Amino acid sequence: MSRQSVAKAHQKIQELSWEPLYHEPVAQYGTDYTFQKAQKKDPLKQVLRSYFPMQEEKDHRVYGASDGAIRGNMFRQVQERWLEWQKLFLSIIPLPEISAARAMPLLFRNVPNPELHNGQAIQMIDEVRHSTIQQNLKRLYMNNYIDPAGFINSLRNFQNDYCGTIGRQFAEGFITGDAITAASIYLTIVAETAFTNTLFVAMPAEAAANGDYLLPTVFHSVQSDESRHISNGYATLLMALSDESNHQLLERDLRYAWWNNHRVVDAAIGTFIEYGTKDRRKERESYAEMWRRWIYDDYYRSYLVPLEKYGLVIPHDLIEEAWNQIWNKGYVHEVAQFFATGWLANYWRIDSMTDEDFEWFEFKYPGWYDRYGKWWENYNRLSTPNGHHPIVAEAVDYVYPHRCWVCMVPCLVREDMVMDKVDGQWRTYCHEMCAWTDTTAFRPTYEGRETPNMGRLTGKREWETLYHGWNWADVVEDMGYVRDDGKTMTAQPSLNLDPKKMWTTDHLRRMGPLLSPNVILNEMSDDERKAFHADYIKQGPAGRPAPADK
Amino acid sequence: MTSAKERSVPRVNFTDAEAGAKEFPDSTARRYNYYTPQKRKQTHYEDVTVEVQPDPRHYLSQGWIYGFANGEVGYPLTWTKLKAWGQDKPEPERGPGTGGGGKGLDWPAHGWHEFRDPNEEWEMTLYRYGANVVRQLNANIDFAREAKAFDQWNPNWVHFVEHHVGAWMHIEHILGLYVFSHANRSGPTNMHNTAIVANGMHKIRFAQDLALYNLTLSEEIEDFDGAAHIETWNSDNAWQPVRKLVEALPAIENDWGESIFATNVVFEPLVGELFRSNLVQQAAAGNGDFVTPTVVGAGEHDYSQRDLRMTIAMFEPRASDKEFAEHNKEIMQGWLSKWVPQALEAARALQPLWSQPDFKPPRFEDGLDRAKARFSGIVSDLGLQVPKELNQ
Repeated sequence: MSRQSVAKAHQKIQELSWEPLYHEPVAQYGTDYTFQKAQKKDPLKQVLRSYFPMQEEKDHRVYGASDGAIRGNMFRQVQERWLEWQKLFLSIIPLPEISAARAMPLLFRNVPNPELHNGQAIQMIDEVRHSTIQQNLKRLYMNNYIDPAGFINSLRNFQNDYCGTIGRQFAEGFITGDAITAASIYLTIVAETAFTNTLFVAMPAEAAANGDYLLPTVFHSVQSDESRHISNGYATLLMALSDESNHQLLERDLRYAWWNNHRVVDAAIGTFIEYGTKDRRKERESYAEMWRRWIYDDYYRSYLVPLEKYGLVIPHDLIEEAWNQIWNKGYVHEVAQFFATGWLANYWRIDSMTDEDFEWFEFKYPGWYDRYGKWWENYNRLSTPNGHHPIVAEAVDYVYPHRCWVCMVPCLVREDMVMDKVDGQWRTYCHEMCAWTDTTAFRPTYEGRETPNMGRLTGKREWETLYHGWNWADVVEDMGYVRDDGKTMTAQPSLNLDPKKMWTTDHLRRMGPLLSPNVILNEMSDDERKAFHADYIKQGPAGRPAPADK
Repeated sequence: MTSAKERSVPRVNFTDAEAGAKEFPDSTARRYNYYTPQKRKQTHYEDVTVEVQPDPRHYLSQGWIYGFANGEVGYPLTWTKLKAWGQDKPEPERGPGTGGGGKGLDWPAHGWHEFRDPNEEWEMTLYRYGANVVRQLNANIDFAREAKAFDQWNPNWVHFVEHHVGAWMHIEHILGLYVFSHANRSGPTNMHNTAIVANGMHKIRFAQDLALYNLTLSEEIEDFDGAAHIETWNSDNAWQPVRKLVEALPAIENDWGESIFATNVVFEPLVGELFRSNLVQQAAAGNGDFVTPTVVGAGEHDYSQRDLRMTIAMFEPRASDKEFAEHNKEIMQGWLSKWVPQALEAARALQPLWSQPDFKPPRFEDGLDRAKARFSGIVSDLGLQVPKELNQ
């Protein structure tokens, strides 16, 4: 058995492929796509006989490195600015990983090619690996990093904090709704093929530059699995393309999935990489440069464009628009500013930016200081409690933004904000593409075609709604973001761990109430709403109020 | 003389960001505080699995943000007819000004959240266990090949292995992929779904073990027909009732509980162990085969030592549920009444296999009695009644 080649062994296990004789398996997850049975080789070519020892060996390396990091006192050289953002990242990412495992059953019945199911099953167990090995990494950080707050309660915090839903799309989008839209297009064709490059390759490099070599150890190990998953998506995509009736849905789903992934992943990972690092060498690639390399060149030009000849309609306009958002409209900087504005609703500490940071940003993003510099100086000025409020309640030329109903990142590029009354409710969207996702894509008909299996947008999609009218101290206590003295906040707007310089809920009691922008929007008269919209799209950059009419 | 250009690399800085470097609120808090362990101490397994799959009844304040077309969201508790205490209580109502529900939530909100996999499976255990099985099997088979052990097999046993042991690979594959892997989307908690994945991977590995063993035999035994198992699976009368039953398991309509229960509580003891432990394992040695039992034994160990233990931990609490015990017992008794006759019919169809080897195993009826006794013990462990259908 052990001497057989993997190719021969893989060919043999194809004899296991099941063609039902007496009962068809249950069709639990619907799709509007149609697939014809076709011979399609399992691209993973994995046999468990070689897979288990391979993964075990990868594990040995990961856990060996973990031991080495502790024995070698890695945490004496880890940058706190970086590790703090891992409290967010490592509370998000185990859920998308485990959701990817849960997504595989959506494909078994809908993709009528038993040979592909083997690859999907391998992906399923890979994803369990990723979720639990990442939870384990977080556990190690919790045990060995100076400030465990935010790690110790991360899976409560992620599920109730003010930006959790942003990350959660990158999980629920895999497992719910039309089976192919979710588990194939959104998960494997876009999320894994495009965005794991920035997640699992670009970000670990930044971790290493900040003294943390454990994150690269774990995530490169993870990424070596992801590259196999990409093959799964590709095989399914080619099957879908072979049926002309799928082309319209593929075009819809690629537009939705691309745009949503851009909104969500670029927001989070862009912020971690640009604002979580202390490495300000001019030679270091900025997130925009990484994006251009990993996503524009490697994904768009090398992977997507060649598929055009098979009939796939590529969203060229949205690729360019995503780049436009990142390069010209400061998308990542706007998001980072929003995270820092709401630091008190978070469960990690956000460091101030220094002159060295300013210089780097100006070098990489010319014009950055004029847009964002003043605000970050204010952030620094207001970081230690001294009779003032947290920055969100101080006059720093920042208008608290409205949420996008779809991606739930706020409408930060103010000029792009779209407002519409949908399903009886006034909603704001960060961009016309997000509006399209709600009003056109996630509907039971699409361009006159019945799409009865398409998913729905659900839930309380604006976090602020839940706390409308609440005192901020009560909000923080309700979410559980308080340290073990009962009043010092988990989140802080600086890295200072001197208890006398840390914010407590007592400081928040003096603030005015938290108000929900969406509740207020829906209470406005039509005229007020029209005026609000006209004003909003004149705001910015950096959340500045609209200039007064001359 | 060459001059080295200074490379641009990140600088290493002393940050002193290790645990214990300073004292401040939470500086000594080194345990996940968002869940209560099943036992006195939090386990490593719990730390990496509990609460990863969120629940609107707990911390998920904004609820699930995507839904299916029919309005179902997340991991609906209605995806099995079984019920756990507390699940009929409404989810917390959240809306303008309600807060996130962070205070005063009863937790666990329902009994499903009490489940912990007694095997404590997560990625480290999965790969260590799987790799160990692979190494053990490889060593056994390599040694057998070197020792020319397959030359000792008599022709009837060669025929038996190529047809019937070979046919079993299909069963493990279908159950692994289309029952267990399929069900990993359906369970109510991360602990359920992770345990279900582990069970699925055991079966997929066992299916592949049998397939690759079959390939080895094709290479080692002259005239061994490596494709005979397909013909047997497709048309041998002895196997068709088994196939019909196995194909019925992934066809169960949207009830992950019934799928797993019917497979691990009914099919496995009455058909699986009957064939594996009461036929193959008993007959092999007498027919000169000391290798096949090691391959089959690995799969048998998966079930009897791990998957069954997990199954009892998953279903027994429902039979003794403090709110829905009677409801659940009625459902599970119904499942027993539905699946036991089919399993017995499938088991009896296999009877001709007992007479095929030259060296005969203990009688079929004795094997079936043992299988029934084993099944009755499992049913008792679950707190259920042995169904009258077992006497058919």
